[in-house]
Amino acid sequence: MSEMYVSGQSGVGRLIQALAERGHRVIGPIVRNEALVYDEIKGVEDLPKGWTDLQEPGRYRLEQRGDEKLFGFVVGPTSWKQYLNPPETVLWSGVISPEGFVTDPAPEPPKYAFFGVRPCEVAALGVLDKVYSTSNGLPSMAGYTAIREQAFIVAVNCVEPGGNCFCVSMDTGPTAEAGYDIAITEIVHNGNMRYLIEAGTPAGAEVLGDMGNLEEPSEAEIEARDFFLTEAAANMGKTLEVDDLPELLKGNARNPRWESIADRCLACANCTMVCPTCFCNTVDDNLSLDGTHATRTRKWDSCFTLGFSYMHGLPMREGVGARYRQWITHKLATWVDQFDEMGCVGCGRCITWCPVGIDITHEAGAIRRADLRDTPIGIGGFA
Amino acid sequence: MMDTENLIKVLDEQSFFTGLSPEQMVVLASTAAEVDYSGGVEVFEEGGRADAAYLILEGAVALELHVTNRAHHIVQTLHESEVLGWGWLFPPHRWSFSARTLEPTKVVRFDAIQLRAAWESDCELGYEMMKRFAQVMTGRLAATRLQLVDFYGDTH
Amino acid sequence: MVTLTEPAVIDQMTPIPFKVRSVREELSHTFTLELEPPNGDFDFQPGQFTMVYAFGIGEVPISISSSSTREATLLQTIRRTGAVTHALGTLKSGDYVGIRGPYGTPWPMQESKGRDLLIVGGGIGLAPLRPAIYHALENRDDYERVVVLYGTRTPDDILFETELRRWGDRTDITTLITVDAADRGWYGAVGVVTRLIGRVGFDPSNTTALVCGPEIMMTVTAERLMEGYSMEPSNIYVTMERNMKCGIGVCGHCQFGAKFICTDGAVFSYSEVGHLFDIKGV
Repeated sequence: MSEMYVSGQSGVGRLIQALAERGHRVIGPIVRNEALVYDEIKGVEDLPKGWTDLQEPGRYRLEQRGDEKLFGFVVGPTSWKQYLNPPETVLWSGVISPEGFVTDPAPEPPKYAFFGVRPCEVAALGVLDKVYSTSNGLPSMAGYTAIREQAFIVAVNCVEPGGNCFCVSMDTGPTAEAGYDIAITEIVHNGNMRYLIEAGTPAGAEVLGDMGNLEEPSEAEIEARDFFLTEAAANMGKTLEVDDLPELLKGNARNPRWESIADRCLACANCTMVCPTCFCNTVDDNLSLDGTHATRTRKWDSCFTLGFSYMHGLPMREGVGARYRQWITHKLATWVDQFDEMGCVGCGRCITWCPVGIDITHEAGAIRRADLRDTPIGIGGFA
Repeated sequence: MMDTENLIKVLDEQSFFTGLSPEQMVVLASTAAEVDYSGGVEVFEEGGRADAAYLILEGAVALELHVTNRAHHIVQTLHESEVLGWGWLFPPHRWSFSARTLEPTKVVRFDAIQLRAAWESDCELGYEMMKRFAQVMTGRLAATRLQLVDFYGDTH
Repeated sequence: MVTLTEPAVIDQMTPIPFKVRSVREELSHTFTLELEPPNGDFDFQPGQFTMVYAFGIGEVPISISSSSTREATLLQTIRRTGAVTHALGTLKSGDYVGIRGPYGTPWPMQESKGRDLLIVGGGIGLAPLRPAIYHALENRDDYERVVVLYGTRTPDDILFETELRRWGDRTDITTLITVDAADRGWYGAVGVVTRLIGRVGFDPSNTTALVCGPEIMMTVTAERLMEGYSMEPSNIYVTMERNMKCGIGVCGHCQFGAKFICTDGAVFSYSEVGHLFDIKGV
C-alpha cells in the first residue's frame, strides 16, 4: 500500500484545486433536483455536505444527515459513463464532394477529473474499458479511449453502504483496491471530519506531492478507517449469490419466471440508463436540410426498447420477458463469456431507479429457486 | 413389362422397401409394373380416379394444381426414389393434384385395387406399408409448410 | 490514469468513401453495387461483410458478394427493405457510398481442404456464398466434391442465374436449384431447399456444409443434415444476421446469446449457435 495521508475538509478542497490547476475539468457529486448527480464542481463547497440518500427498490429520497460529511451517501442516477461515452456523441461529420467525403475536424477530447468515484464505479470503469477498448482485438472506440486515458480518478471508499448496495457480492467494494489515482476515505474521528488519502498511481502521488500540507495519519485514524470499511462490508443492503450464476441463467432461458417479471416490468429502460456498465448504443445518421452535410451520432440505446432488436421491420425480442431475460442474462452470465467478468458491479442503481422496484438480486434468486435445468423445460441453454 | 422377379430386384434397391421380407416383396411386386413416360406427359389428372401408386425410378414429376384464371401451379416436384400419389389409399379414391412428367421418367406403377386387397388380407404388411406412407406424408406436409412460410419473401 | 490499447489511427466508425462504378439490377428488389476501393485494393475473405453507408441516410451490414480473385471491385448485393437500402438503390455511377470493414468471420475455406463442400443458399443468401463458390472453383483441387444447392421463391427470383446455369454446365461442381412456387413452364424442382439434399452425392462423414439464407431455412437444413446424414454440427456453418449498428462489437445490438454476431460471426458453426435457434426472442 502506498503512503497514506490525512487532512480535514480543506485538504479535499485543495485536491479539487490542484486537479483544476492541472487542466482537469473536475466532476463530482452535487445536489440537483432532489438527487445526487455528477456535474462540474469548483470547490469543496459544491459537494453535498450533510446529505444522504435513502434507497429502496423503486425509491430514492435525500435527507439531511445532521453532520458535516461530504460523502455521506452512495450513488445516484448518474454515472461516469455519461462523460466517457456521452448519451450523444458525434462520431463523424462531413460533406460529400466529387472526390468523396470531406471530414469536419473533430473536437479535442475533454480532460476530466472524476471526483468521488465509488469503488463499485471504479470497477465499472474497468468493465467499460474492456468493452470499449479491448473488445475483439479491433482498434478501440477512439472517442472513449481519448477521454478515458486523460481522466484522473479520485475514488471515495464507502463507509456507509446504501439500501440497494451489494458490492461485496460482486467483489468490487466497499474499498477500492486498484483503478484509481487517488483514493479517499471519509471518517469521523474524535468528532472531527478526517480524510485519509492515498495515491494509487504515480500520477496520483505527483498530485499529492504538489499539494503539500498533508499530515500523516495516526495509528488510531488508520484503525478507525479500517474498522469503518470492515463494518461497511458487513452491512450491505443486498446480497447476490453469484456461485454458478452464469450457468444457472443460461440454462433457464425457458423458465416461466421471465413472464412473471414481464408482468411487472414496464420496459422503460431506466435500469440500463442508470447502469454504470450498460454500454449498448445505436448510430444515427442525419443529413442537413440542404442535403450537403451529414452527421453520424452515437446515442445510448437499451435492450429494453422494442426497436433495439428490430430487423427487417420486426423486433426479434417482442416480449418484455425476453428483453428482461436478455438484460439480466447478459449482465450476469454471457458477459462472462464475452469479457471474463460479470457486467454488474453491485451499485444497486437499477433497483433504486426501477419505477416498479424490480430487484436484480431478487430476480436472480427467484430463478435459482425455480431452477429448471434438470427438467425437460430447461433444455436449451442461452450460452 | 418385366416379370415379378426382375421387378423385385428393382424394388430392392429402393430405400422405401428396405427391411421388407422376400414374401412381402413378392406380394407387392405382383401388383406392379414398370412404366416409361416421355417428358411433358400427364401421369394422372386432378379429380381423376386414383387407381395406382407410383414410385419414381428415374426422371421428375410435377404435382400441379389447376387454379381458375391462372396457369397450372406446381405445388411440388418429385424425383428419383420418391413415392408419387396417395389418393388411391382412401375413398373416394380421387387425385387431388395432377402429375405431369418434366422429363423422360421411369416409374413403377402399383395397381391400387390389388394393393389395397393385399394390405387388407395381410394386416402386418398393410400396417408396415401404412407406416411408410405416413412417414412420406408427414415429410411432404412438413416440406409444404415450409414452402407456405414463404421465407424468402420481402416482408413479414 | 490508464493507458488502453493503441488509439485507432482512424476511428472505426468513420465511413471510407468508395466510388460507385455501376449499379446492376439483379431481381425485382435486389441490386448489386460495384464499388471502387479508394486505394485500388480491398482485402477480405469469403463470408465477411461491410457496413455500407448511404450519405446522411444511414448504414447497413451487407455481406460481400465479390470474388477477390475475379473482381478488382467490391460487389455488394443488396435487397431493398428499408430507407438505407432504398437510398443505396438510387445511386448512380460516379456517386459515393461509405464503407467500413471488412468485418466478421470468414467461411472455413482453409479448414475444409480435402473435404466435400455442400453449399446451400436460400434467396439472397446466395450472395455471401458466391465468393466461397469461386474460391472453391479456383482452388478446385483443394476440395473433393463441390455441391451448390439453391432455393428461392419463384423462377423469377433466382439470384446470379447466369452463373448458376454456368456452374450447372460444369462437371466439377454439382448445382441444383429449387423454387417454392412455379407455374407450368418451369422445368426445375419445386419444393423446399432441403429436398435437394437427397438428390446429390456427398460423403456426410467428410463434408463441410456452408449454409446461408433465412434463419428458418438454415435451421431446417442443419437439422436435416444432422438427423438424416449424421453430420456433426461443428461441420455445418451458417451465417447470422441481426441489426448491427457498429460492426466492431461495441453497440450491443447483434448479441445472440454470448455471441456478438459482428465479431464472433457472422459465420458460425452450428455447434456454436444451433441451441439458440429454438429459443424465442434470444
